[in-house]
Amino acid sequence: MATVELSFSALPVHVRTARLIVTAVARRSGIDEDLLDEVRLAVGEACSRAVEAHRLHCPDEPVRMEMTAAERRFEVIVNDSVPGDDSSGTGRPTTPADLPKVTGPDDLEFALGDGAADLGLAVIAGLADDVDISTTPKGVQIRMSWPVEAAPTT
Amino acid sequence: MDLKVNDYTTDDGLTVITVEGEIDVYTAPKLREKLIDLVNKGKFHLLVDMEKVEFLDSTGLGVLVGGLKRVRAHDGSLELVCTQERILKIFRITGLTKVFGIHDSIADAEEKRKGAK
Repeated sequence: MATVELSFSALPVHVRTARLIVTAVARRSGIDEDLLDEVRLAVGEACSRAVEAHRLHCPDEPVRMEMTAAERRFEVIVNDSVPGDDSSGTGRPTTPADLPKVTGPDDLEFALGDGAADLGLAVIAGLADDVDISTTPKGVQIRMSWPVEAAPTT
Repeated sequence: MDLKVNDYTTDDGLTVITVEGEIDVYTAPKLREKLIDLVNKGKFHLLVDMEKVEFLDSTGLGVLVGGLKRVRAHDGSLELVCTQERILKIFRITGLTKVFGIHDSIADAEEKRKGAK
């Protein structure tokens, strides 16, 4: 069972709320202070991505987030309710390995429009210690985790 | 939290945009509107001062890239002032340090601009 679960309306304004909550739970879980910024940003990106997908496909469905501290890992799972085929229907990648790379000062195309979602995945992949993105008939799940040095406080 | 966006134009024709607060999926449209508004007013040389930005995500990056593309269409420029490691890290992760000129201060950016002329 998750330590803390959060369900929020798919509105951009609530992404900040999700960031504040994950930061508080991560801190309480004993995660290193230096990693808190990375947790906050990576989870914010995952929530932004889910909110945007819901706004396009199912605005009335809430975004769900689970935070768990166990076995010296702090894990966050962000679930959307948009089937993978739909959420990636624009051809955007759903795994970090598919991401395009910026190779020079004129390489801007990928970062515009839907490319912002690609940038988001690039940020998640760059910040989370371990990332797994899975696409199911129910939706896309982004699972991120970081090491916990201190014993978790339950 | 609100995002504060202000601007002024120097005698040299450089428009400095100071941004304060958190740039995310909720607040980024405000910055996007400001950049579009400036370009529509003929301001094609932009310097975004990010020293008071507390948080930046990929939506904010997308807005900056969009602004850069708009000014480049007019042979303009969009550069940044940023010394905060937590913000610079996001540019490095996404490879955007290769795309944006990033300066330590507004004075530094102005100096390099004069030198390039």
